[in-house]
Amino acid sequence: MDDLRPDAIPESSGSTSQQIVGESIERGFLGSSSEIALAAVETGPEGEASRKKLSIGAWLAIGWMGFIILIAVLAKTGIFTWGDPNESFVSCARRGPFSQEGTAANFILGCDSNGRDMLARLALGTWTSLYVAVGAILVGFSIGGLLGIISGYFGGKTDTFLTGLFNILLSVPGVVLALALVAFLQGSAETASKSSISPEVILIIAIGIVGIPLVGRIARASALSWTQREFVLAARSQGAKHRRVIIKEILPNVLPAILSISLLGIAIAIVAEGTLAILGVGVRPPTPSWGNIIAADRGNLFTSPHIVFEASLMIFLTVLSLNMLGDVVRARFDVREGLL
Amino acid sequence: MELTKLIARRAVQLVIVLLFVSFFTFLLVRLLPGDPTDIIIPFGTEAKKAQLRSDLGLGQPLYRQYIDYLGNILQGNLGRQYSSGRPVSELVAQSLPVSIQLMIYAQLIALLFALPLGIWAAYRVGSRSDAAINTTGFALLALPNFVVALVLSYFIGARWKWLPTGGYAPGWLDPIFDGTRSTDIGGHFNYMLLPAITLALGQIAIYMRLLRSDMIATLKENFISMARAKGISNLRILWRHALRPSSLTLLTVVGLNVGALIGGAIVVEVIFGIPGMGQKITLAIFSREYIELQGYVLVVAVLFILVNFFVDFLYTILDPRIRRGRSAT
Amino acid sequence: MSKPEPLKSPDTAIMAAPPATLLEIKNLTTYFRSSHGLVRAVDGVSFDLNRGKTLGIVGESGSGKTVLARSIMGLLPKAGLERDGSILFEGDELINLGPKSMRPYWGAQMAMIFQDPMTSLNPVMKIGNQISESIREHLDVTKQYAKELAEQLLISVRIPEAAQRLDEYPHQLSGGMRQRVCIAVALACGPKLLFADEPTTALDVTVQAQILDLMAIAQRERFMAMILITHDLGVVAGRTDEIVVMYAGRIVERAKTETLFSHMKMPYTEALLQSIPRVDQASHVRLATIPGRPPDLINPPAGCKFAPRCNYAQDRCLQEEPPLREASPGHEYRCWFPVDTPEGADALARNRERGTTASGLIFNPPTPALANKQKS
Repeated sequence: MDDLRPDAIPESSGSTSQQIVGESIERGFLGSSSEIALAAVETGPEGEASRKKLSIGAWLAIGWMGFIILIAVLAKTGIFTWGDPNESFVSCARRGPFSQEGTAANFILGCDSNGRDMLARLALGTWTSLYVAVGAILVGFSIGGLLGIISGYFGGKTDTFLTGLFNILLSVPGVVLALALVAFLQGSAETASKSSISPEVILIIAIGIVGIPLVGRIARASALSWTQREFVLAARSQGAKHRRVIIKEILPNVLPAILSISLLGIAIAIVAEGTLAILGVGVRPPTPSWGNIIAADRGNLFTSPHIVFEASLMIFLTVLSLNMLGDVVRARFDVREGLL
Repeated sequence: MELTKLIARRAVQLVIVLLFVSFFTFLLVRLLPGDPTDIIIPFGTEAKKAQLRSDLGLGQPLYRQYIDYLGNILQGNLGRQYSSGRPVSELVAQSLPVSIQLMIYAQLIALLFALPLGIWAAYRVGSRSDAAINTTGFALLALPNFVVALVLSYFIGARWKWLPTGGYAPGWLDPIFDGTRSTDIGGHFNYMLLPAITLALGQIAIYMRLLRSDMIATLKENFISMARAKGISNLRILWRHALRPSSLTLLTVVGLNVGALIGGAIVVEVIFGIPGMGQKITLAIFSREYIELQGYVLVVAVLFILVNFFVDFLYTILDPRIRRGRSAT
Repeated sequence: MSKPEPLKSPDTAIMAAPPATLLEIKNLTTYFRSSHGLVRAVDGVSFDLNRGKTLGIVGESGSGKTVLARSIMGLLPKAGLERDGSILFEGDELINLGPKSMRPYWGAQMAMIFQDPMTSLNPVMKIGNQISESIREHLDVTKQYAKELAEQLLISVRIPEAAQRLDEYPHQLSGGMRQRVCIAVALACGPKLLFADEPTTALDVTVQAQILDLMAIAQRERFMAMILITHDLGVVAGRTDEIVVMYAGRIVERAKTETLFSHMKMPYTEALLQSIPRVDQASHVRLATIPGRPPDLINPPAGCKFAPRCNYAQDRCLQEEPPLREASPGHEYRCWFPVDTPEGADALARNRERGTTASGLIFNPPTPALANKQKS
């Protein structure tokens, strides 16, 4: 704190008042009462309690995520629908709130340029967007996580090769890589006349592959540090099989590090779906997704802004919620890792 | 001495990465299942397909094909756009400067705003202005580039008619790449401002938040207390003592962020109708110009790698602890 | 609130003679508001310091000595801070001055050397600039002159090849050399008062004496007053005119240096002294430690703050806080049963008999040296 003590002088750490004094000296000219109070709270027993409590923002984020997941499931299963997302009402085309064409009767959120109910399309689009994003994260995280763990656990040439692979994938900007992969996969799927592969799956694979090196590097770093722990060395020296050690010892410890970034990953994947849709390689119409609703009616932005903005708002609120929850989760996992 | 060694090592790494990336783009076309010519020019005549086959060197062993591909690249030959027969390198020369200019403007605007905001938020940490800056930054992070682009072009372009929402005029860089272009600086900035602001907004949030947390840490350092005890003014402490160490971290992130910037530029170009790499790439995908696409991906990847190499180099120059080597310690 | 005139050159400090008292601290308190309550880091401290003299402030970490120094200089963040009392510097009251009004004093009138030279210098700024920056801020000189002055300062703190060092960065110097640079920075504008906050704690033992000697020389040459802050009584032994011992934000003993070592009254001072290694002891002799830890500054114990850790503690110590009493002119202490007095000997004997002190601490006289001293 304020001096290095020889052994003869007893330690004084642990005393809250000492910490507050030390903190306030350290602060230099940054000091503000709230920061000092914060420092005090973090050291006190009440700090634990307040850390466990979620902020209002986090609760709103959870609420929003619950809401859209519910909508998505209802729209997909058809348990409760808001009408047919593909039924055209020509008289209502491009009408909606703030549209120059006027509002559309019976449709709260208006209609798109084909006269289809925005509410119904956004609801089903929610399903598509979440499906693609979560699918991509599953692909990216399982493959990236596995490769990362293998890389960190075995080390040596395996590590060199996989790290090199990650670096090459990372040396192509994400959007460009995803575009190239979609183009390649679409081309391949068509020639192999496997038109049964849906564009959603192609998107999932492409976005997932982009995520592999990002997740892989995190998993590798984590696996590397755990591999050198004594309990793992002990298991290995007792002749445990690699697969067993990885599944029993490494995976459970690496998983929190990977999962803690999964929410942020989903947010990134949602944006990626939208980006690819705008670049013309997204989910194919008439299936609605947030991205391709925007892409399809981008040309009507100036006259009927509601179409683009409603879908944009869905993306914004969802990404905002996921970022917020992602931060909360990350902070939690850091605490846990700190305790270990 | 240390420095030249360091650069030499980095340069070797650079070459290796470039080789691997070129191999990756090479595979992009060769790994198409069946006869790649059927995908690239499905409705082409048999003569055209034969031409393409010999262009690609199909039938030869894979390593031979790659060596030829590499040789062509080094000669500036990126293949041809099959619909028009134009060399891809020519298309790159037209579109690459457009994208580069857009990214430079966006980066400058982002730093111009992020620096003072980040420093101010760190200096007044915990205050209301800090909270406001932080919250805005958090919200901006959740706004994808395309949403920002659409919102800005609706309000600033269509509603208030301050700036055009589409089109392009050549700037200072275009004639350097493509001699046939003539510069129109006024029109250039008129068209580029809105896209550049769009692209900058997301970057501002990233840089600002990073600079804030880094500066908060720096301002707690002992040398800041010492500078204060010397009687140096707060402004000087912030700019001379605190910003320099923090700016090194910022520089690293600027380098890492170029990938996201390129991705953002592609979307922004498509939305604002700017004839840069992004627009070319999407058109190439749309019209199945695989060779053209291959060229673009290669160019973008090389650009990205070179920028990172340069940032790394700059970092070495700026940090005296690296520059002077570890000889003293 | 008159600001001091900027100095024409660093030498003017020598010419300024009267009055003899440079710094007068009266009943200085420094509290921090926190969510746990008020932290009384400095609680009613008073002392005087004459020009050219050296005062040692001694205490454990958390005794408030660092806060005291920064409070006098006005370097503490003002949010959550409650400061009261009086700080007279050359007759000017400083207690109410904000950072803006204090800036002309910092570096120019009073300077500070920090504990850790490894982190006290800006790693990405040339050494020359770090010295001349302060000169340029306070003295109206050209860049060139400031640079020459910086070189002179480096020579005066015995840094070899001073001219080249100006263009080097801190990481190129050893810890001892960096502390010399810090001293040069502190001396740059010829301050009248130098605070040295544990200036040698972070350094190798071999370098510590060199740095302390260097500071003593600089002080004598410049007729500068110095406040040397340390936890180590050994550091201040031969180098200070007067010593203030602090505990829990208060002065518990204050005396001329010789008086303190020969006639210490406060058991805490005694305990501190026994915790430093001594040359005349066999190397394997275990050093005494002071049991327990410094008190909570938010809810300090009633009575004497040191009683819970004191071998002399009696019931009275737990109930009544001893006032600062005078043993001889200029020697004050805060104890009911002072060392080397009949009361103290009685208290010690009583505690030895029952095996514990009044606070329940197991009686454990620190070293045989103490026992011998008590008998003689």
